[in-house]
Amino acid sequence: MAKITYIEFNGTEHVVDVKPGLTVMEGAVKNNVPGIDADCGGACACATCHVYVDPAWTEKTGTPSAMEESMLDFAEAVEPNSRLSCQIKVTDALDGLSVRMPESQH
Amino acid sequence: MDGRILILGAGHAGGTAAALLRQQGWNGPVTLLGEEPVAPYQRPPLSKAWLKGEADAASLALRPETFYAEHHIALRLGARAERIVRGEAGGEVQLEGGEVLAYDRLIVATGSRARRIPLPGLDLEGVMELRTAADADRLKAALRPGAKLAVVGGGYIGLEAAASARTLGAEAVVIELQPRLLARVAHEVLSAFVHDYHRARGVSFELAAGVDALEGEGGRVAAVRLSDGRTIACDAALIGVGAVPNQELAQAAGLTCDGGVVVDLRACTSDPCIYAIGDCTRRPLPLYGCMGRLESVPNALEQAKQAVADLCGTKPPTPETPWFWSDQFDLKLQIAGLPLDVVRTLVRGEPSTARFAVFHLNADDKVQAVEAINAAPEFMAGRQLIASRRPVQPAKLQDISISMKEVAA
Ligand SMILES: Cc1cc2nc3c(=O)[nH]c(=O)nc-3n(C[C@H](O)[C@H](O)[C@H](O)COP(=O)(O)OP(=O)(O)OC[C@H]3O[C@@H](n4cnc5c(N)ncnc54)[C@H](O)[C@@H]3O)c2cc1C
Ligand code: FES
Repeated sequence: MAKITYIEFNGTEHVVDVKPGLTVMEGAVKNNVPGIDADCGGACACATCHVYVDPAWTEKTGTPSAMEESMLDFAEAVEPNSRLSCQIKVTDALDGLSVRMPESQH
Repeated sequence: MDGRILILGAGHAGGTAAALLRQQGWNGPVTLLGEEPVAPYQRPPLSKAWLKGEADAASLALRPETFYAEHHIALRLGARAERIVRGEAGGEVQLEGGEVLAYDRLIVATGSRARRIPLPGLDLEGVMELRTAADADRLKAALRPGAKLAVVGGGYIGLEAAASARTLGAEAVVIELQPRLLARVAHEVLSAFVHDYHRARGVSFELAAGVDALEGEGGRVAAVRLSDGRTIACDAALIGVGAVPNQELAQAAGLTCDGGVVVDLRACTSDPCIYAIGDCTRRPLPLYGCMGRLESVPNALEQAKQAVADLCGTKPPTPETPWFWSDQFDLKLQIAGLPLDVVRTLVRGEPSTARFAVFHLNADDKVQAVEAINAAPEFMAGRQLIASRRPVQPAKLQDISISMKEVAA
């Protein structure tokens, strides 16, 4: 299990144990953490699973694919540490990861 | 926020509404009632990742099994509602078997079902439709390497199933009544591209071909007979000819229905105690100034949010541009908007590169719809342009050396 902290835009923290193999998006949705909509269920088609990865973790979460990159390009309030959380696979190495949510996914 | 809410239909819309009610602080009893034996799950992967074996059953579930009890949502599965009895301030729902569930507020989320066409041979073993997880199990079992799947209907679900069949090493033939694929839902350029892409990957097609019957051998389907008399041999047949809304219960209860349960932008029906969400509704499409029925996950989610916001007195969701996606082989199709009042269509990019988009413009050069193939920037910018109602410069839009950022600016 990897412990992941999801921080809502208003600062509310949710600490959740996520099974390796799931995505960071699934970890939030399956635990009813608000703030990640994931309209397409992880197909990299909607950009409503946008998160900001804690800068200390950007290396471990890897780099976005070209598809993810171009989806992100058009999302709201994008920052250098923006990712689509459905494209980050959880591994034991991500134990302790923390991600922040944007104000809105739409 | 403490009345009894009954959600009729435990699919994508109903399951989402239940979770959102708790997220938004509804304290009263929430019952989620569904005919299928399984907790709410996502249907899109049934013809895509799941069918190809790239996703497991647990990943289909909208929420884990423990979720409902943890959030005090009474999940009643394998239970079919037979009647809605409306009262003054609330009412009750009668279940098959006689049980009665009372509600203060009802959310109808009965979805849609596969359209059935009257064809001889539909009851043969191996003739399938694809709407539920149980349907998908049957289809997957039939897609052994070398087996031949006949798909009746060249729409999105049929094409996705054909692509998945090929990926699994099965043969696939798609039979379509119209002279082109995706005839009701996509532009000719896209139809032609998808046709060629599938053909190059071993899917065969019979276009402008009517189906007269399914023929069997020993009770199992063995061929599809076309109206020109030819027969196409197969080991399994998937009928994918569209969906119809499950509006019968609402209609029998006297709610206004018109090819879907009619709702407003709060997802409220003609009875102020009853909401309706998802595939079963006919809803306002404010961007287009008309009513329509949408069959998509984003629509189910948007309406679930509308109903919950109205019930909980929270902020209504940002209006959504209708959109949809489809995965076929390694293609990603993303479609936004509706091609209404279109006076011209422009293609950006070269279909031969498998990366292009078709833009539909109205008389004021405003984008009404975009169909994008492997073209995320075109889709994302197109969706924003549809919502903003800002006109575009067609010449710029067609020039791929100008980025979509700049076109949309
Ligand atoms: C194979 C397939 C692929 C798809 N692909 C995509 C895609 O790529 N993108 C996309 O956006 N959309 C896709 N869709 C459409 C999407 O799945 C639907 O729009 C969505 O499921 C609608 O949610 P819903 O809750 O309205 O209906 P449903 O999910 O159909 O749920 C309705 C539920 O109500 C239950 N019910 C009905 N009547 C009763 C009754 N009388 N008593 C009790 N229960 C009842 C049904 O059993 C069902 O479980 C796809 C659909 C299918 C079938
Ligand atoms: S869930 Fe749709 S892009 Fe991540």
